[in-house]
Amino acid sequence: MKQIAVDIRDIRKSYTGIKALQGINIQINSGELFGFIGPDGAGKTSLFHILTSLVIPDSGSATVAGYDTIHDYREIRKIVGYMPGKFSLYQDLTVDENLKFFAGIFRTTIHEHFELYKDIFAQLEPFRKRKAGQLSGGMKQKLALSCALVHKPQLLFLDEPTTGVDAVSRTEFWEILQRIKYMGITVIVSTPYMDEAALCDRVALMNKGSIMAVNSPENIVRSFGKNLYAIKSEQMFPLPGLLATIEHTKAVYRSGEYIHYLNEKDDFDPVLIEIYLRACGHGMIQVHQIAPSIEDCFMVLMQQSKAQKAA
Amino acid sequence: MDQIQAIEVHNLVKKFGNFVANDNLNFSVGQGEIFGFLGANGAGKTTAMKILCGLSKPTSGKIRVAGYDVTRQPDKVKKNIGYMSQRFSLYNDLTVKENFRFFGGIYGLSSSEIKNRTVQLLDRLGLGNDSGKLLSSIPAGWKQKLAFSVAIMHQPRIVFLDEPTGGVDPITRRQFWDLIYEAAAEGITVFVTTHYMDEAEYCQRVCIMVDGRIDALDTPGNLKTNHHAANMHEVFLKLARKKST
Repeated sequence: MKQIAVDIRDIRKSYTGIKALQGINIQINSGELFGFIGPDGAGKTSLFHILTSLVIPDSGSATVAGYDTIHDYREIRKIVGYMPGKFSLYQDLTVDENLKFFAGIFRTTIHEHFELYKDIFAQLEPFRKRKAGQLSGGMKQKLALSCALVHKPQLLFLDEPTTGVDAVSRTEFWEILQRIKYMGITVIVSTPYMDEAALCDRVALMNKGSIMAVNSPENIVRSFGKNLYAIKSEQMFPLPGLLATIEHTKAVYRSGEYIHYLNEKDDFDPVLIEIYLRACGHGMIQVHQIAPSIEDCFMVLMQQSKAQKAA
Repeated sequence: MDQIQAIEVHNLVKKFGNFVANDNLNFSVGQGEIFGFLGANGAGKTTAMKILCGLSKPTSGKIRVAGYDVTRQPDKVKKNIGYMSQRFSLYNDLTVKENFRFFGGIYGLSSSEIKNRTVQLLDRLGLGNDSGKLLSSIPAGWKQKLAFSVAIMHQPRIVFLDEPTGGVDPITRRQFWDLIYEAAAEGITVFVTTHYMDEAEYCQRVCIMVDGRIDALDTPGNLKTNHHAANMHEVFLKLARKKST
């Protein structure tokens, strides 16, 4: 039996006319690494504020480890770790002092659960006497994570921990999150980087305050259909415009060195693309069928929700 | 390659005390080229970019941007470049039009030039009817596009873009790159940093910095071939990981 760690029921929240959350429903299982994937303005931070009991929703309810986020907020604050998107430790305290401070607040010591974050903290070891404000970005991140783990939380919330972080450090950070998950902590993380979705057990694709899909990354990609093609020619700049004029085109967009193309018809013949582009004077044409990425799925879902709103 | 160079960097060194942030950089960027500037956090990208913009002086080296020496003629450099970053955007408590007016004034454009460019750039974005709206009421993705338009409003030789698409949704991110292509087609050199490796593929040439040095500089196609990588993400991981471990 799967235990529910977080149960979100029809949560809504508006800020002066902006609908930050428009009816969110999600269940997150205990021990899961769950990702909220979406751009700025999707509502990720608003949702995290509600789940960590910092903000009260306009309507709807949510429980975290069985505790109601409004009535049982004291209990929730004891059992969750929260790493906000903005660095929020004390800049004028040293690494050691910050850690001691948070341990004190949670009525524990640095040593009690040291096992949990000793790998992360090992990299901070040379800087223990340095003020937090004078650490590099990567080191600040490791300190914030250590402070969020100091009381051995049941659930760890991380709001955009990898934003603005380079590809190498991002990969390393996700390896750390996997390790935390295997220690039995439910890890709930948000990110604007679509490629990070593949590293989660399940993800929610979010945009403009709504959930567009909730599933494992594999299932999201599987539900996409088959007709996605990667196309290249020697004239890349006008290519999307030309492809858009093909009948029953569903989506055309740049993706790395290729243009991705999706047609509505199941029996669409990709040979048509090559014939058409040749007729338009293009050479060096390449067309091949490809497996969609999470980003492909995200964009098609965005277009669908836009079309639904327009209808 | 283009004969006229928008950026010429010879033996650029920048030290902070004993720390060498830029270790003898050499490269040039052609007029109208889209040039990607990649590297891990702390590799020295921001330091180099500040020097190219005339905001910081190199310890040594000969650097010309838009034909001017960055050490001796930083003011001339600043007049001929545009700059936009994810962090420094426009003023939220001014309207769209007022933002154009303000930045146009700073760049020394005349009132009529400001008016014409504002209309032209807003029409291109399809925002002609929104010029009187407060910037704070404009969605985040559109703000980025407006910030880019403001950065090229004085028709600079070069525009520097520091992570211009961070946190932007995937559709808007692509629309942003359409704007970049248009600017480059008009002859503006685009110097761009990004953490999105698919965007590195959109550049004509890409330079990868590792520990203060340029580790690779070539077209995305050649970089992939030379490093036996399927995409730029793999190229980046191979280069950046090799040095940091």
